[in-house]
Parts: sequence; C-alpha cells; structure tokens
Amino acid sequence: MRDKNSVSNIIRVALGVCLVCAVVVSTVAVTLRPMQQENRAAFRQLNVLQAAGIYEPGIDVADAFQRVERRIVNFDTGEYVDEPPGGFDPVRAARDPAQSRTLSGDPAGIGRRANYGEVFLARGEDGRLTRLILPVHAYGLWSTMFAFLALEPDLKTVAGISFFEHGETPGLGGEIDNPRWQESWVGKRVRDDDGDMVFRVDRGPTPEGVPDAEHRVDGLSGATITARGVENMVRFWLGEKGYGPYLQNLERRIRIGEEI
Amino acid sequence: MAQLKAREVLFAPIFANNPIALQILGICSALAITTKMSTTVTMCLAVVFVMTLSNFFVSVIRSIIPSNIRIIVQMTIITALVIVVDQVLQAYAFQLSRELSVFVGLIITNCIILGRAEAFAMQNPPLISAVDGFGNALGYSLVLLFVGFSRELFGSGSVFGAQILSLSTEGGWYVANGLMLLPPSAFLLIGGFIWVLRSVRVEQIEKEPYEIGPNTRTSPAF
Repeated sequence: MRDKNSVSNIIRVALGVCLVCAVVVSTVAVTLRPMQQENRAAFRQLNVLQAAGIYEPGIDVADAFQRVERRIVNFDTGEYVDEPPGGFDPVRAARDPAQSRTLSGDPAGIGRRANYGEVFLARGEDGRLTRLILPVHAYGLWSTMFAFLALEPDLKTVAGISFFEHGETPGLGGEIDNPRWQESWVGKRVRDDDGDMVFRVDRGPTPEGVPDAEHRVDGLSGATITARGVENMVRFWLGEKGYGPYLQNLERRIRIGEEI
Repeated sequence: MAQLKAREVLFAPIFANNPIALQILGICSALAITTKMSTTVTMCLAVVFVMTLSNFFVSVIRSIIPSNIRIIVQMTIITALVIVVDQVLQAYAFQLSRELSVFVGLIITNCIILGRAEAFAMQNPPLISAVDGFGNALGYSLVLLFVGFSRELFGSGSVFGAQILSLSTEGGWYVANGLMLLPPSAFLLIGGFIWVLRSVRVEQIEKEPYEIGPNTRTSPAF
C-alpha cells in the first residue's frame, strides 16, 4: 500500500471526505427544507394565536388561523397596501435597501425598518375585530427579540404578548418567555386616551399602589437590558415610526363609526 | 491482539466502563437537556445514531486516513452526521428541536464520540466499531435517562409530561423541587450514580494519586 501520510494522499482523503459529507448534508437539507419551512410558518401562526389568547393546547392551528386576516400596512401613511406579487416577507424586506430605510433615531436597536409591515386581525364569529396582532422586534442584550403584541379592539389595551424568537440568557432575559410574566401584560394600557405612549417596564416589580400601575409591567430581575429592550420595542413599534399612523387611522375610522 | 467479542464490546460500556460514570466524559450535555424526559430521549437517540455511524465510517476508511489530519477527518464525519440529525429533527420534530436548540449541534463536541472514534474505530474493523459506538452511546443514554427521569419526576412531578405527583401549585400534595430544574442538580445526580456504581463495583474506585503526608513542623521564621 502507498504511504498514507504522503501529501497527495492527505489532499485526496481530505477532498474525498469533504465531498461525500457535503453531498450528504446538502441532500438532506434540500429534501427536508419544504417541511421545515412549513413547520416554521405553522409555529409563527401558533405564536400569533397565542398572543391573541385564542390558542388552547390541542386546537388545529391552521383551522383557527382561518379567522385571522393578514394585511400589509404602509408604516408612513398607515394605510393598507396590496400584497406585492411574490408575497411579502417582513424579514427579507427589512434587509432590502429598496424596501426599507435606515432609522435615524433607533431606540429599538434594529438599524433598518421595512417600509411595509404585517398586521393580523383576528375576528369573532360575527366578523367584528376581536384582537389586533402586531409583529414587533427589538434588540435585547444578545439578540433581536421577535414578538407578537396583541391589542384589544380599543387599540390601547394589551391583550397578550408572545415572544417568537430570541437568544437572551436562559433564566434571566430568557424569562421573557415565562407565561406568568406574559400574563401580567394582559390589561395594561400602553397608550393613553390621546394615543400617547405611556408604557414602561419597571426595574423589579412595580411598586404597590402607584397611580399609573395600569401602564407598567414588572421588570425581570437580573435582566435590566433585556427589559429595557422590551420597553423600547413596545414604545418604538406603537410610536409614530412604527404602527402609530396605522393605529391613528384605525381610531379615526372607529370614531366615524366605520367597521374595521 | 485478542479477538474482541461483540457481546463484551456492547455491554462493557454500560456498567463496567461507562463513559460518563467511569471516564467522566460528555457530562456537559447531561446538564443541559435533562430537565424533561422527552428532550432526554431525543438526545439519547441522536447520540446513538451519530456515535454508531461515526464509528462505522471512521473505521471503514481508517486504513487510508493520514495520521496528521485524522482528528479533522473524524470531526468532519461526526459533524455531517450531526447536521443530518439536526435537519431531520427540524423537519419531523419541530417543537423538540426548538427545545433542544443549540444542544443538538453541540453533540459534535461531545467528547465521548470523538474519543471512541479515535480510541476504538481507528484500530478496529467497521462492524465491531459500530457495536462499540452503539454500546458507548447506550452507556451514555443510561446515565442521561436516569438523570432526566429523576429531574422531571422530582422537579415537575411528571414523566414524559404525564403528571404523576400532583403539584402543590395545582392543589396537590407534592412541593416541586425547584433545584431539580437547575443544571447543578444533574451534577448531584451523576455524582450519586457514580457513588452507587462504585459501591457495587469496587474496582472502579480510583487510586489516590498521592498521599497526604503528616504535618511538618512550623518553620522557625514564624
């Protein structure tokens, strides 16, 4: 047998092993991709339902999602726009310079914001709006946190929040996943009657008996920066550079008695 | 070299030469993913798959692997197998793969797998190497399942998500042991496992590397 430590054999073995492994890995990745994408889409739908408080263990997610309407919104005008041909992918749009812009003031730490965004309108049996679900994201301590924030039909009160994806420290910032903490969001009024932002995340628990307790949620101990990120996330996305114009639009339509 | 018996190669790593209990290898993953039985079992299956096949393939090409790049060749094979497992989990067990998150990828760095490839598969024929990988993975799984079972039972009062001990938070009698859900409890459990194992198999007790001598007299400088 030839010397297995010769340079030519080293190169041959290295190339051969890499080639075979690359073929195996890419074959598996390509054949399984459609299923993975389906899973991811279903998981996203599940999170929308969770934020809206519609989800219960064991329900058929796709079926429950039938009553959720997905619309695309222009952030600047606050008006609905038609879905662009080929579908709208919010993550890709935020990266594409043609579909997004750099933010000057950027409290949420996201750098760029897409020109359009998704909104989900959950409707009851009678077709009336029961929940408005807004996808939001912001930078925490280590990672961009993606969440769905659900509002009551008054567009001021939180109906629920669900964090879809994040990479915060498990046990500290990762506690944003804690269902008990998320439950404490329900019923908090994030905008006052004039539509101004009044929401904040406290440091530590909200003190007893403060008059504006309905605008504040408890902080997470050991996760100050994550909590600040969450606060900025809500304030940015409900503010005028986020869904603010859209929410004002809806409010105007509610005032004149239009169905939304 | 004496002919190795498949039976011995398969069963020795379970109690006699357990990779976690005797060699204290691969305990990092034992801390991270053993809070629940469902993730534990998934991890065990993944390791069984990766270890059996990596030992097999390394052994198949062992005679042509140049010795100065042998570790990286072994790693490439292991990595490819782990990526396959990760992709399959993402397609067929999405929820579990999210719970396991990075720890599937970290199977690559599990020292038991590289250790067996280097120590056994590089010197033995493919079939017996596959058996060795399978046996070592079983030894690893045994400890993991024990830890996972104890942590889920005493930490959450359930096994495979089915409630067995009724929790005091839901009006039952069992006050859940929160420590069991934290990583240090896995250390305690593995320690307990090793203690029991070494009480039964005394030959596994390590010899003291040195003896502590008697006190010397305090030096006059004091």
